[in-house]
Amino acid sequence: MTAQSKVSYRMESTLESVNKAEEMVGQLAKQAGFDEDARDGISMSVREAMINAVIHGNAYDPGKRVNLSLEQNNGELIITIGDEGKGLEPEEIPDPLAPDNLMKQSGRGIFLIRAFMDEVRFRKLEPGTEVTLIKRIPGSDLDRQEAST
Amino acid sequence: MKASTRQVDGVTIVDLSGRITLGEGSVVLRDTIKDLLGKGAKNILLNLGDVSYIDSSGIGELVSAFTSVQRQGGELKLLHLTKKVHDLLQITKLYTVFDVQEDEPNAIKSFSVK
Repeated sequence: MTAQSKVSYRMESTLESVNKAEEMVGQLAKQAGFDEDARDGISMSVREAMINAVIHGNAYDPGKRVNLSLEQNNGELIITIGDEGKGLEPEEIPDPLAPDNLMKQSGRGIFLIRAFMDEVRFRKLEPGTEVTLIKRIPGSDLDRQEAST
Repeated sequence: MKASTRQVDGVTIVDLSGRITLGEGSVVLRDTIKDLLGKGAKNILLNLGDVSYIDSSGIGELVSAFTSVQRQGGELKLLHLTKKVHDLLQITKLYTVFDVQEDEPNAIKSFSVK
């Protein structure tokens, strides 16, 4: 992928798609110049968002697809993941750091995404949910602007 | 992911390697802990030195293993965290929940009941 480009995939609702998306984004993040820590965070965020789409959104339904787009544009890496499920209310997800939730087995995925990415946006689809993950590319104009504010 | 167990001075050490993620990795960990508890193991030390990656599902399995062992009156401790896993447990505020050990002989000595 060149400095300004976008590629889209329509993927099956399987764990193989989760692994494939994670692998592709890891390679893209390396090409974009992210260091190892940032790459790990980006890959994990994509993994968590894909898991949400495949399991919680599409519920492994073979008739439903996950739309993944990878865009490198204007100093940012922009990853969009959309499912065709029943929809998600991100505000209603309990805080996994609250004492009552700390020892729960699940509920940390979106928290981790927010911890590793610079920006996370949710959008309702008809049907489904789309999440956009944004990470500023180190050394880019946008990164320098952010550092100076 | 691979899990192999060994006994040292009344402590069951589980050497884990690979990725603890949704799917096979989490299942291997869950089955290993279930098997050990079924055999009456009380002191379990999870060696994570060769675990390269854990996702939120893997974190959930670690939490679940911790509470399962505790419910049976045992102790579960973690050994040799990589920087990645250490940082993940810090972010999720679980680092202080788990008893994290850095040295195997000392970790074995630290179990209260043998």
